[in-house]
Amino acid sequence: MTRFNWFNTTTLTLGFAFLYLPIILLMIYSFNESRLVTVWAGFSTRWYQSVFFNESFMNAAWVTLRVGFLSASIATVFGTMAALVLNRAGPFTGKTLFTGMIYAPMVMPEVITGLSLLLLFVSLDFTRGFWTVTLAHITFSMCYAAVVVSARLATFEKDLEEAALDLGCTRFSAFMQVTLPIIFPAILAAWLLAFTLSLDDLVIASFASGPGATTLPMKIYSQVRIGVSPEINALSSILIAVVAIGVVTASLVTKQAQLKRMKEERLATNAS
Amino acid sequence: MTVADITSPTDETSKASGTKADWGRTLLIAIPYIWLLIFFLAPFVIVFKISLSDVVIARPPYFPTFDLSEGWQGFLAMLQAFDLENYVWLTEDTLYLNSYLSSLKIASISTLLTLCIGYPIAYSMAKAPQEWRATLLMLVILPFWTSFLIRVYAWIGILKKEGFLNYFLLWTGIIDEPLTILNTDTAIYIGIVYSYLPFMVLPLYAVLEKLDTSLLEAATDLGCSPLKSFWVITLPLSLPGIWAGCFLVFIPALGEFVIPDILGGSSTIMIGKTLWVEFFSNRDWPVASAVAILLLFLLILPIVLFQKQQEKQMEVSR
Repeated sequence: MTRFNWFNTTTLTLGFAFLYLPIILLMIYSFNESRLVTVWAGFSTRWYQSVFFNESFMNAAWVTLRVGFLSASIATVFGTMAALVLNRAGPFTGKTLFTGMIYAPMVMPEVITGLSLLLLFVSLDFTRGFWTVTLAHITFSMCYAAVVVSARLATFEKDLEEAALDLGCTRFSAFMQVTLPIIFPAILAAWLLAFTLSLDDLVIASFASGPGATTLPMKIYSQVRIGVSPEINALSSILIAVVAIGVVTASLVTKQAQLKRMKEERLATNAS
Repeated sequence: MTVADITSPTDETSKASGTKADWGRTLLIAIPYIWLLIFFLAPFVIVFKISLSDVVIARPPYFPTFDLSEGWQGFLAMLQAFDLENYVWLTEDTLYLNSYLSSLKIASISTLLTLCIGYPIAYSMAKAPQEWRATLLMLVILPFWTSFLIRVYAWIGILKKEGFLNYFLLWTGIIDEPLTILNTDTAIYIGIVYSYLPFMVLPLYAVLEKLDTSLLEAATDLGCSPLKSFWVITLPLSLPGIWAGCFLVFIPALGEFVIPDILGGSSTIMIGKTLWVEFFSNRDWPVASAVAILLLFLLILPIVLFQKQQEKQMEVSR
């Protein structure tokens, strides 16, 4: 049971090959000299250069990063608040509706969310562009953030918070000094998730955006419709690398924090 | 500050801390609540409203519009102009019925395929040595973080006529002529299975990992073959994971737009794509809204079933 047998090894190898080969092939061929994407003609970084000198790509990347940063930050704050409401605020009128509205956006097809937000913006006479995309992204990513933070809040007991209150902390300082440090890794994870969701989103952005605010996925999509191009391969590889580095760093940081906390807890128990 | 009030440990202490904390609690609830009401619930009401309107060549391209300055009279006038014409239209033109049916078919088949591929992976992960499991789990989740669009796009280079797959198959001599896979339903199945595989593997792994191995040992002691003990013990006990995984794949696959648009052919119509075309190409907002409302109805059943199943799980684990 504790060793790999041939069945498990084969399944896992095939399974992970299926998951990773397409991405690996795409990354390898982004260094291909030839314009023909599937014929190898020698190593080259020319497509990376042409991505960096392509003004429309760079503009789109800038819009995407700003939308991502802003929407992820606000969504994390709102999501954390929503998670606290779900876990700590006790019952109140309309809680079922609230819970429903947190979970529904995650199963809602993107075309419906996108269309409905667009129609709202039109009804309110908002000019579509940077801000409408940001509003749309805040709305759907705050739900994911709420779920991530909520999962952490659900697993730790309220004892520590109550102890802080008993020792004379105000609720706010109890949150800042006790709850926040404990749930911080989850908040960080929520921010990262919100940021990548915003970075990835094509459908909702296409509906919510207007002229002048083209995000990177929208740009990529319009190019992809024409066909495979080595430039898109290079751009995709950059995006994948950035996200992979971010995720791995974040998971290492959380792991470190976890180890540190476990060590401290052990010391504390030993001391008592 | 709104966060002031997260802790509300017991009723006595919350009463003791007085009205300031109550205000904090109200604000904490109100801010995300109002946000979701405005940006999530209200839009659906508007979609429903516009699905009852008529298309006109104007800005915005639908009629009637609600003019606030006319007050109650304007509202009544708008109500009178509503009709179910768009819904009637959806039943008359077979395009819409066909897209619903083909979405159901494609989502069901790809869910089954994802289950067949995801189950062995989750099973092998759960059976892997303890020290490997965290890494394997990370490896399953990691592709989920990379852009969906890019992962779908990556398959074009593999599936097209002069792509990697054909190149490989021709090289090994399995086929003599390149296969046409891109722009067919097969490509859509591959795309959905590939994109949603983590959604299937994760819940399955969660149940399989917790599986009580002493049951399997008992079965072996009583003379069960490994295959039989899998059939009578492992599979039934992993049913909750199977259900969760299937719903998590089926629900988003039903409304999928990117995969059928990029990998599918022009003959494949899925409801998400129909809505997109109706909106962006035909600029018929009322019909697009009606399509959205009907898609929502199509989704209610699986979502409610999923919810029920999750609740049952929660009770069992308690």
